[in-house]
Amino acid sequence: MKPTLKPTLLFNLLIAGAFIVPMASQAQDTSPAALIETFSLEAGRAGDATAGQAFFLATHSGGKPDTPSCTTCHTMDPTKNGQARTGKVIEPMASSVNPARFTDSGKITKWFRRNCNSVLGRECTPGEKADVLAWLSSL
Amino acid sequence: MYRLMALVAFAAISFLSPALVSAQDATPSPEAQFTEECSACHLAYPAFFLPKESWSAIMNTLPDHFGEDASLDDGALKAIEGYLVKHAARSNRRAFRKYDLETAPPLRITELGWFTHEHDHEVSRSAKKRAGSMSNCAACHRGAERGYFDDD
Ligand code: HEC
Ligand code: HEC
Ligand code: HEC
Repeated sequence: MKPTLKPTLLFNLLIAGAFIVPMASQAQDTSPAALIETFSLEAGRAGDATAGQAFFLATHSGGKPDTPSCTTCHTMDPTKNGQARTGKVIEPMASSVNPARFTDSGKITKWFRRNCNSVLGRECTPGEKADVLAWLSSL
Repeated sequence: MYRLMALVAFAAISFLSPALVSAQDATPSPEAQFTEECSACHLAYPAFFLPKESWSAIMNTLPDHFGEDASLDDGALKAIEGYLVKHAARSNRRAFRKYDLETAPPLRITELGWFTHEHDHEVSRSAKKRAGSMSNCAACHRGAERGYFDDD
């Protein structure tokens, strides 16, 4: 009986390794709800969809002159395609029509950093992020 | 029993090891990173259109990239710069002769002499309007994503 122990352990480790390692490196590592929760906790308040809508549709100052609003690229209607300034299509932002949205934590971090800096000239606050995601995932 | 387990373990290794290898290889190749990161806002412009000095200058000013923030983390930045420099046009090509590549390399393909020459006469105003920007190569060149520009 004794010798079975080793291979079983090896086998279990193999199985565990094969499953856990890809999970850790997978792109789809989060969800809109999980992100809203994280940002809400950081902000110390719940995400507010109405505030998120106002923020997203507003014309801001302080950023780069060609990009005064989130709608410059994402349009006024997040259930529709947007367009980068070079003409390239941007898939809809509303997670109801584009389920791939807000499921990759690296992507969220990168684009909030870039787009908030382009539009506002600063990072978005956790509260603003929670609000925007609350709106975009409620449409 | 021991042999059965060993067999199963062996089968598992051979079956799952590709998954393990690709998982360990989680950082995509420099070329894959270039294609992923540099095609988000426009097509990933082929490296062979600009000399390495231009690519380095572009990669070192990404937070203010043609009026947008296109910043990257350091790992991706270095990998992509390496890829572009490796596949860049030769710096001594005639197209770049009028530039001081060390201090003021061209940052656009669309500003190069051959580009304006090739496009000023042959491209109708309506086609330009439809494309929105001459930087939107794919609007007119259907093969642009694959690096083909003489298809039309
Ligand atoms: C200059 C054009 C532009 C502007 C302005 C812009 N974005 Fe974006 N945004 C993009 C592009 C391009 C992407 C990446 C392509 C994609 O995800 O389809 C993106 C992606 C995102 C993502 C990531 C979505 C995901 O799938 O994880 C978020 C969140 C986002 N933008 C929010 C905003 C907010 C909020 C604003 C306003 C403060 C804004 N954007 C302004 C172009 C823009
Ligand atoms: C956040 C959006 C965004 C990302 C990401 C981005 N770019 Fe750009 N890029 C632009 C804009 C906007 C322009 C200006 C286009 C115009 O003038 O119509 C541009 C222009 C360029 C041009 C000049 C095109 C011409 O006119 O000849 C080059 C070269 C370029 N980008 C390289 C890159 C590289 C390399 C990367 C990846 C590291 C990258 N870009 C990623 C937005 C982006
Ligand atoms: C508004 C339409 C339009 C846009 C945008 C455009 N081109 Fe062109 N391009 C043309 C036309 C028309 C020609 C001439 C016909 C031909 O030779 O294919 C041409 C010719 C060329 C040629 C020469 C091909 C040959 O065989 O001689 C190259 C290379 C080229 N374009 C590259 C580009 C690149 C790179 C971009 C983006 C930075 C771009 N073009 C943007 C329309 C366009």
